[in-house]
Amino acid sequence: METLLTILTGILVAVATYLILSRNVQKVVLGTAILSHAAHLLIMTMGKGLKSGSVPILGEGPAYVDPLPQALILTSIVISFAVTALLLVIAYRTFQETGTDNLYEWRDINDE
Amino acid sequence: MNGESIHDNRTAHLLLQFIENNSFIYIEMEDLILLTINLVIIIPLLAAALVPFLHKKNSKIHIGWFIFLIPLTLFILLLRYIPRIANGETLAYTVEWIPTYHINFTAYLDGLSLIFALLITGIGALVTIYSIYYLSSKENLIHFYTYLLLFMGAMLGVVFSDNMMVLYVFWELTSISSFLLIAFWYHRKQSRDGAQKSLLITVTGGIAMLVGFIMLYYMSGTMSVRGVISAVLSFQENPLFIPAMCLILLGAFTKSAQFPFHIWLPTAMEAPTPVSAYLHSATMVKAGIYLVARFTPVFGGEDTWFWLVTSVGLITLFWGSFTAVRQTDLKALLAYSTVSQLGMIMSMFGISSLALNSGFRAESVLFSQAAFAALFHLVNHSTFKGALFMVVGIVDHELGTRDIRRLGGLATLMPITFTIAIVGAFSMAGLPPFNGFLSKEMFFTAVLNAGNAGLSSAIPVVAWVASIFTFVYSMIFVFKTFLGTYKEEKLEHPAHEAPYGMLFSPIVLGSLVVLIFIFPNGLGENLLSPALAGIFPSLAAGENLGVHIALWHGFNTELMMTIGVVLGGILLYMTIRYWKNIYRLFPEHWSFNTLYGNILEQLEVVSRKITDFYMTGYLRDYMVYIYLFFILAVGGMVVFTQSYELEIAENAPISEFEWVVAIVMIIAALSILFAKSRLSAILLNSVLGYGVAIFFVLFRAPDLALTQTVVETVTTVLFLVAYYFLPEWKKEDTRSRSDKVNLAVSIGVGVIFTIIALAVQNGKLFSSISSYFENSYELAGGKNIVNTILSDFRAFDTMLEVVVLLIAGIGVYTLIKVKARKGDTTLEDE
Amino acid sequence: MRTNNVILRTVTRIVVIIILTLAVYLFLAGHHAPGGGFIGGLVLASAFVLLFIAVDMETVRKAVPIDFKLVAALGAFISVATGFGGVMFGEPFLNQVFGYVELPFFGETELTTVTIFEAGVALAVVGVVVTIILSIAEDV
Repeated sequence: METLLTILTGILVAVATYLILSRNVQKVVLGTAILSHAAHLLIMTMGKGLKSGSVPILGEGPAYVDPLPQALILTSIVISFAVTALLLVIAYRTFQETGTDNLYEWRDINDE
Repeated sequence: MNGESIHDNRTAHLLLQFIENNSFIYIEMEDLILLTINLVIIIPLLAAALVPFLHKKNSKIHIGWFIFLIPLTLFILLLRYIPRIANGETLAYTVEWIPTYHINFTAYLDGLSLIFALLITGIGALVTIYSIYYLSSKENLIHFYTYLLLFMGAMLGVVFSDNMMVLYVFWELTSISSFLLIAFWYHRKQSRDGAQKSLLITVTGGIAMLVGFIMLYYMSGTMSVRGVISAVLSFQENPLFIPAMCLILLGAFTKSAQFPFHIWLPTAMEAPTPVSAYLHSATMVKAGIYLVARFTPVFGGEDTWFWLVTSVGLITLFWGSFTAVRQTDLKALLAYSTVSQLGMIMSMFGISSLALNSGFRAESVLFSQAAFAALFHLVNHSTFKGALFMVVGIVDHELGTRDIRRLGGLATLMPITFTIAIVGAFSMAGLPPFNGFLSKEMFFTAVLNAGNAGLSSAIPVVAWVASIFTFVYSMIFVFKTFLGTYKEEKLEHPAHEAPYGMLFSPIVLGSLVVLIFIFPNGLGENLLSPALAGIFPSLAAGENLGVHIALWHGFNTELMMTIGVVLGGILLYMTIRYWKNIYRLFPEHWSFNTLYGNILEQLEVVSRKITDFYMTGYLRDYMVYIYLFFILAVGGMVVFTQSYELEIAENAPISEFEWVVAIVMIIAALSILFAKSRLSAILLNSVLGYGVAIFFVLFRAPDLALTQTVVETVTTVLFLVAYYFLPEWKKEDTRSRSDKVNLAVSIGVGVIFTIIALAVQNGKLFSSISSYFENSYELAGGKNIVNTILSDFRAFDTMLEVVVLLIAGIGVYTLIKVKARKGDTTLEDE
Repeated sequence: MRTNNVILRTVTRIVVIIILTLAVYLFLAGHHAPGGGFIGGLVLASAFVLLFIAVDMETVRKAVPIDFKLVAALGAFISVATGFGGVMFGEPFLNQVFGYVELPFFGETELTTVTIFEAGVALAVVGVVVTIILSIAEDV
C-alpha cells in the first residue's frame, strides 16, 4: 500500500510540476493545489505503518494508527487552503490590472 | 592582575536576592559599582531610543542640552574609577548572554579601556555642546542625536567588551552609526558617496576581523580577550595564528584609516563638523589603535606583527602628512593630518611590540615605553585635533567656506579662534609649550631606539621626514587661514567672531593642550601607566613600567631632530610654490580613490550582467532552476550514495477498493494535463481532493477525512468563483522546445521524488515517537489523540497556523478591497 | 450571484440549521471524538457559504450582521492570548490545564483551557474562510 501510494504521489508531483511550469497563471495555481494533495498523501505514508491499528481515539482498540502524521496533515490542509485562496486572488487581481493571465506577458508590464 | 573581581552568574543571583528581600540594600555595593560599567554602555543606547520622544515636548530648548547630560554624567561616573585603576585594579562584570557559545556580555575596565572611555565621554560632551551652536533647530536634530548616542554607546561597547563576539557587534555598530552620521545631509551626493565608501571599507575590515576572532576562538577555546591572552602560549605554533593576526590587523587598519585604506577618511569629511571632530579624529578612528593595543599581548611576540604594524604605520604617517600639504580644503587637510597622526600612533605600538619579542629581551622595558608614548600621543591628538576641527567648523559656519584659497587675514577679526588654532596647530607640529611637543619627542625616542636596535635605519628617517611635512601643513593651516590679506569678496558672510557657546569646547580643548604640557605626569601616572600595565602584563609583573615625562631632556638627539624639523619645515613652507609640482607626479587617475571607484563600478556592472543573465522575469525559468537543482543535487546524491531501496514486504495490504481509488486518481491527475476547459480541470482537481479524503477514511483518520472533504468543497467553490472572472484557457503550443523541457523536468522531479520517498520509508533511522501521544488522556485530558496533539502537545504549531491563516485572510481582503485607481496615487477603501 | 432557485433556497433553510448544529457538535466533541476547532470552524464556514450561495447576499448580510474580519482577528487573538494564561502561572507558554467538575444533569464533566484555545481556532477559521469567499464573491 505504501509503495502504491508513493507512486501515486510521484505522479501527482509530476503533474503539479508540469502545471507550475506552464505560462498560464490559472494552471500554476491549480498545480500548487495538486502539489498539496501529493504532500498530504506522502506524509500519511511516513507514519509507523498504514492500517496497523484502529482510529486514533482512545478506547477504540488495543493499537492505534500513527496519530502524528494526521496532526501534521490537518495543519497542512488548512494552511494550503489559505495559500491556494491567496494565490487565486493574486492571479485574479493581477488579471484585473493587466488584462492577461499569461505569465510571459506579465513581465513586460511596467507598474506605474 | 591583583584585585581583579570576576562575577559570573551574578545577575540571576542578584535578581533572586532582590525578589527575596525586596530591597537593594542586600546587594553588595561592589556588585553595583561593577554593574555600572555595563550600564555605561547601555545608557547611551537606551537614550538613543528615547531621543524621538524627548523632542516633541521640549521644542523651545535645543534638544542638545538634554543629550549633553548623558556623556557628562558618564564622564563623571568614569572619573571616579581613576583612583582604583591607578592602584592597578581591574574590574570585570559579566552578564551571561549565550553561554553555550561562550558569548557573554562582559565589561572589562582597565587603564586602556578607561583612557578610551574618558575620551569618548569627555570629547562627546564637548562635541555635544559645540553641536548645539553648530546645528540649528531646523536641522533634523532627532536623527543627529540618535545616531550620536548610538555611536557613543557602541564605541563604549568596543572599548569595554572583553568578549570578542560582543566586541565585534559593537565594532560594526560604530561603523553603521558613522555611516549614518556621514550621510546626515543625505540630500548631497558627496555625503552619500562618502558614507558608502566608509561603510564598505570599514565593514569589509570588520568582517575580516570577525574571521580572525573566530580563528582565535577555534585555537584558544575562549571568546574572552583576557582568556585568549592568558592562553596564548598554548596555541602560538598553530598554523592559523598568523592568518588570524593578519585578519584582525585588517580590521584595525581599515577602521583606523591606515594606508592604503585611508581613502575613506577624507571623504568622510562630508559629515557635519562636530561628527568629524568626534568620530573621525578623536574616537572611532582610534578603535583600530585600541584593537592593536588590546591584542599586542597576543601577537606582539611575532616579527610579522612588528613589521606589519610599524611599516604600515610609518607609510601612513608619511603619506598622510605628504598629501595633507597639497589640500586646499581645511577639513581635507585635517583629515589627512589625522590619517598621518594615526599612522604615527600605530607605528609606535608596532615598535612597542618588540618588548614582547624574544629577540629583544634585554631592551623590553625600553621598547614598552613606545606604547606609553603612543597612548600619550593618542590623548594629545584627541585634544588638539578636536580643537582644530572645531576651529574649522567655526570658520566654515561663520564665513561659509573652508577653502584655503578664499580665506586669509582672519586673525584680527576672529582673535579667539585664531589663538585656539595656533595652540592646536603648534601642538600638532610638535612645538613647545604644547602637549604635542612632549609626545613627539617620545616618538622620536621610540624610533631612534628601533633604529639603534639594528632593525632598520629607515624608521627614524621616515619619521623625521614625515614630521617635517606635518610641520608644513600645520603652518599652512594657521597662516594661510588667519594671516595674509582678508578677501571679503570671496566669502559668503563677512568674518566675525563666533558665539561664546561655540567657542567653549575648543577653548576647553585648547586649555587642555597647554595644561597637559605643564602637568603631563598627572595623566601619565594615573591613566597611561595602568594602561601600559594592561598592554604588557608580563612585564608589569616584574618591573615598574611607569614613565616620568620630563619637559627638558637636555640637548639630545630628539631635540636636535625637532630643531631640524622646524628649520626644514620653515624652509619648505617658504619655498612651497617651487616644489609644489612634485604632486603632479602622482596623477589623479593613479590614486587609490580611482582604484576604489573602478572596483565599485566594475562590481556593479558585472553583478548587473550576472543578474540579467539568470533573472529573466519569467516564473517558469525560476522554477526550472529550482527543479533542475533538485534533480541534479538531490537526485545525484541519491544515485551517488546508492541510497535507493525498495522493500514492499512490510507494506500494508491493498484492498481492491483501494486499487480502484488509486487508479482513478492517477487517471484524473493525468487527464488534468489534457483538460480542454478550466471547468473540467477544476472538477478533476476535486476528484483528486476527494480521493485523498477517501484514503484518509481508509487509513483511519476521521478528523482528516472530515476536514479534507469540507476544505475540498470550499476550495472548489473558490476556484469556480475566481475562474469565473478569469479568461478561458488558450490552447498552448505543446510542441515548442520549452514545453519539452517542462515535460522532461516534470517527469524528472516526479521520479526523483518517488525514489526518495521510497528510500525514506524503507530506511527509517529513528523509531516512531508516536506512542508517547497515546498517553493523551493522562497528559492532556483528551481521548482524541490527533486533537490533543493539535491543541495541547503541539499547540504552538496550531497557534502559529491560526496566525498564518489570519495573515492570508488579511492578504486576500486587502488585495481585493484596497485598490489604487489608475492615475490616482492615493489608496482608497471601497 | 442572483439565482432564483426555489428548491435550493428551501432546502438551505433546513440544511443550514443542521450544518450549524453539526458544527457545534463537532467543535465540542473534538477532544474525545473526531472533530475539533478546525473542523468545527470549517463546517460552520461552509454553512455560511451555502447561505451566501442560496440566498441573496444582501439579505444574509442583514440577517447576520457580523464583520467576519473581526471574527478572524478575535479568534487569532484568543488562541494567542490563551498561551499567556500558562505564562501567568509560571508554566510554559501555551500550557493547557484540565480538570473534572461535577455538574447537575451532565454528571462529571471535563473543563479544560483547550476549549478556549480551540474556540479561538474555530473563530479564526470561520472568519478567514468567510472573509475570503465574501471578498471574492462581492468583487464583481
